[in-house]
Amino acid sequence: MSLDPTTVRRIASLARIRLEEQDVARVQGELNGILGWIEQLQAVDTEGVEPLAGGGQGGTQLALRLRADKVTDGGIPDAVLANAPDRAPDREGAFFGVPKVVE
Amino acid sequence: MSYTIEGETGPWELVIGLEVHAQVVSQAKLFSGAATEFGAAPNSQVSFVDAGFPGMLPVPNEECVAQAVRTGLGLNAHINLVSRFDRKNYFYADLPQGYQISQLYHPIVGAGRITVELSDGSTKEIGITRLHLEQDAGKSLHDQDPSRSFIDLNRSGVALMEIVSEPDMRSPEEAGAYLTKLRQILRYLGTCDGNMDEGSMRADVNVSVRKHGEPFRTRCEVKNVNSIRFVMQAVEAEARRQIEVWESGGTVDQETRLFDTARGTTRSMRSKEDAHDYRYFPDPDLPPLVLEEAWVAELKAALPELPDARRDRYMRDFGLSAYDAGVLVLEKETAAFYEEVARGRDPKQAANWVMGDFFAALNRTKRDIADPPVSARQLGALLDLMADGTLSGKLAKEVFEAMVETGEDPGAIVERRGLKQVTDSGAIEAVVDKVLAGNADKVAEYRSGKDKLFGFFVGQTMKAMQGKGNPALVNAVLKAKLG
Amino acid sequence: MNPTDFTLAGARAALDERAISAEELTRAHLDAIAALNPRLNAYITVTAEQALAQARASDERIARGEAGPLEGIPLAIKDLFCTKGVRTTAASRILGNFVPPYESTVSGNLLRDGAVFLGKANLDEFAMGSANLTSAFGAVENPWKRAGDPEAKLVPGGSSGGSAAAVAARLALGATATDTGGSIRQPAAFCGIAGIKPTYGRCSRWGIVAFASSLDQAGPVARTVEDCAILLRSMAGFDPKDSTSVDLPVPDFAAACERGVKGLRIGVPREYRLDGMPAEIERLWQQGLDWLREAGAEPVEISLPHTKYALPTYYIVAPAEASSNLARYDGVRFGLRVEQGGDLKDLYERTRAAGFGAEVRRRILIGTYVLSAGYYDAYYLKAQKVRALIRRDFEQAFAEVDAILTPATPSAAFAAGEASDDPVTMYLNDVFTVTANLAGLPGLAVPAGLDAKGLPLGLQVIGQPFDEETVFAVGRAIERAADIRALPAVRAHA
Repeated sequence: MSLDPTTVRRIASLARIRLEEQDVARVQGELNGILGWIEQLQAVDTEGVEPLAGGGQGGTQLALRLRADKVTDGGIPDAVLANAPDRAPDREGAFFGVPKVVE
Repeated sequence: MSYTIEGETGPWELVIGLEVHAQVVSQAKLFSGAATEFGAAPNSQVSFVDAGFPGMLPVPNEECVAQAVRTGLGLNAHINLVSRFDRKNYFYADLPQGYQISQLYHPIVGAGRITVELSDGSTKEIGITRLHLEQDAGKSLHDQDPSRSFIDLNRSGVALMEIVSEPDMRSPEEAGAYLTKLRQILRYLGTCDGNMDEGSMRADVNVSVRKHGEPFRTRCEVKNVNSIRFVMQAVEAEARRQIEVWESGGTVDQETRLFDTARGTTRSMRSKEDAHDYRYFPDPDLPPLVLEEAWVAELKAALPELPDARRDRYMRDFGLSAYDAGVLVLEKETAAFYEEVARGRDPKQAANWVMGDFFAALNRTKRDIADPPVSARQLGALLDLMADGTLSGKLAKEVFEAMVETGEDPGAIVERRGLKQVTDSGAIEAVVDKVLAGNADKVAEYRSGKDKLFGFFVGQTMKAMQGKGNPALVNAVLKAKLG
Repeated sequence: MNPTDFTLAGARAALDERAISAEELTRAHLDAIAALNPRLNAYITVTAEQALAQARASDERIARGEAGPLEGIPLAIKDLFCTKGVRTTAASRILGNFVPPYESTVSGNLLRDGAVFLGKANLDEFAMGSANLTSAFGAVENPWKRAGDPEAKLVPGGSSGGSAAAVAARLALGATATDTGGSIRQPAAFCGIAGIKPTYGRCSRWGIVAFASSLDQAGPVARTVEDCAILLRSMAGFDPKDSTSVDLPVPDFAAACERGVKGLRIGVPREYRLDGMPAEIERLWQQGLDWLREAGAEPVEISLPHTKYALPTYYIVAPAEASSNLARYDGVRFGLRVEQGGDLKDLYERTRAAGFGAEVRRRILIGTYVLSAGYYDAYYLKAQKVRALIRRDFEQAFAEVDAILTPATPSAAFAAGEASDDPVTMYLNDVFTVTANLAGLPGLAVPAGLDAKGLPLGLQVIGQPFDEETVFAVGRAIERAADIRALPAVRAHA
């Protein structure tokens, strides 16, 4: 399965990474190099094998622990907004700001 | 005859399925300890987990899982003892992690079904495909600033149940009835408050049309419809649009649409550049969710009585009609009110009063069952005063109106207004004696065989007693004195 | 003796005996950093004031007899661990001046036990790399030199290259590190120190910038096996905030170091004998087995048949998880934002193109692709199945052996200029280490010898889940037998 330039552009767009037109060919080559290499996995017989999803040892042995339904967090809007590159002025409330989104 | 829409080429059948997003009732969020309360100050109910900060990890809330299981049980559905959380990846300003934690491959609840009631008195079974848990996103505010949108993450991470139906509905009415019934069940279970105007329940409506006997045609999804009435309108509007497309020789494209409530039509959403490719995969931060069978059984044993069971009980134990029982169980609060009034009393009389004078008073005063003008205890006390002969039916209605007006207990009103029936036979005898003495001619006529005059004596006696004479006693005294 | 030459255990004893104060010990390290860090670039951020304040507080606790297990010990913290109030970069531009309002569980555990933090150690960007060449804050220099070639700058390995170089050059007594495919063990081997990736679930991941959640594990690097054991005991432990953290007691790992290896069966996986493996790596491996046999262990040939598929599996699983984990770096809530008047999508794309370096971008794209519609089954699901087979290989092997011995790396440290431009060639550095991540097993790199040019070479001990004690015992036996006295050319007070 090798990537064409259209797919490379689509993947970059899905990943929200700007890709300049002059870089498409280079990136295409790099990705195809890696994909060609991982292609060897297709040779493994995995018939009937249960996929291992989670973290190695933990994944299949651990069952999820559940937390009590108690309010133990929040109430820290200043800390949540402290690192924000665009913080809406406080008179409007404590918000993150982004360019206007048209729905 | 089933529901169809008449097109130029003949009748069209509708095929409708609903995906309902119901906010789980819980104190804290699905994967963090921040609060879920509605209407808090912006970003005040946000933890670093909800804001997608580096290194933050999700830990699931037991109550949210329990609520999903309760809901599954209430929908007569299969509970999957092993389920998994998956990541649904997409970028959006109010999705801080860049993915939503959801359950695609292994949902917590599998197939189920509910029975809905239709206006012609018939019922229909609607299949539930699945129910899964997922996180809500934050909220974007677009109207606060001319050039920017503002992001409030208070909702980010709140637990939602997505409840997917089979495409079993065939009319706007059935869609409305399904949603009504679903909301009723969720409210009975206490797993979702069902407040559609606060966004705690939203529906995505899948609609397609077809000619009788055909397989399914392409469907469209009308997103985020937020009232039952709008769902019914959206179904009809979207079906009519599709019929027009088919009949004008076009084809319906599978797409996501929005319902414009002002125009009553649906319109295509700005087609997203990256045709949805959510790149679902199992969330590596979360091992499988494994439920103990005993725990599920415990939850099942503790489930409240659901509306269908309650309706059947009212019919069986209280002798109510299907219609009356159905009305009384519609809202959990109404049913509770009714049961308090009926407890230890005549259940039919209680039903008549609740559905008659009480509902009328609710309407008139524009109050609701949570804040009624007359409490269930007060209404019960009124029924008691009728049962022990203190009040006649007519007086009781007067007293009820006074209760609505003043909020007082019926006993106090009876006392103050002196409305109490006279049951002292000596006092009645004295009045009767007077009436008979003043109408000697009529007495003679009666005794000579004109039985019909008995009513006249009753009327005169009651009039003299300002209506407070106990009717049975008045009758008995008159019979005795007239011989 | 220079205070920077102490082992961690030795420093603890000297502090308790009041032979040195924590402040003196910290100051000696800060001086060494001031002298050598401009050259080695092992630290991205040095927190001198905070370190001295912590050291003085340690001295007070020592005076009151309340010293913790790491009281007054100066450490470097890989800049992937969020540290409250101290900028955390993940060696990426995209985090900008992100200052975490929280302390990671692991670094918090170290502070609880009295450690002093000298600063934040350099790494490959988002821990993606095997040579510490991808850091937005510049490459790290390996303090070792090839004999007769003092000019060539060698790489320290990666991704924990700053941690390993700092410890080797005596700019810290130990350091935290993380390991997703070999990022503790490979740089430890390149820098001639010890490092352990514990069992997945042993150390909490809470507060560590995530790379690939199902593979990431924190662990220590230090100059001795015992020092690693001491550090790991503090770092490890159950954390309810991490759903993959395992609720098991933390043993006294240092005590286990001296258990010896008598009677242990040591697996020798035949599939690790790669075609074209340098003879000196082969010899080192055999030497290690001989030492263990002399100490009473029994080498046993085993087979791990799916070994050759481990790297390609890793390069599906890790980028897939990374593509999702790194979606949160979008310029909205923290970190860099590049806005040029476009819409939100434009903001995302510019921010992420400018904020991520080439290798990170490459892995995000690969990860996005392997999860995308139509390819999930062929790549991601397939990789998960092969991963299950790799783990099964180990389970079967551990039915017969107590631990497994392999080389840590296929070569000694190389120079930056010798690194291939081909990403796949670079990925091969992790060929011996990546299996332990995929199977979630503990793996320790221990210095075992020098190559012909005097550069350190390491061996790797892989153990059963949550049996780090045996791993430490085997590692210590090799360390004792190897008895390496050579020191890196660039080091404090050299």
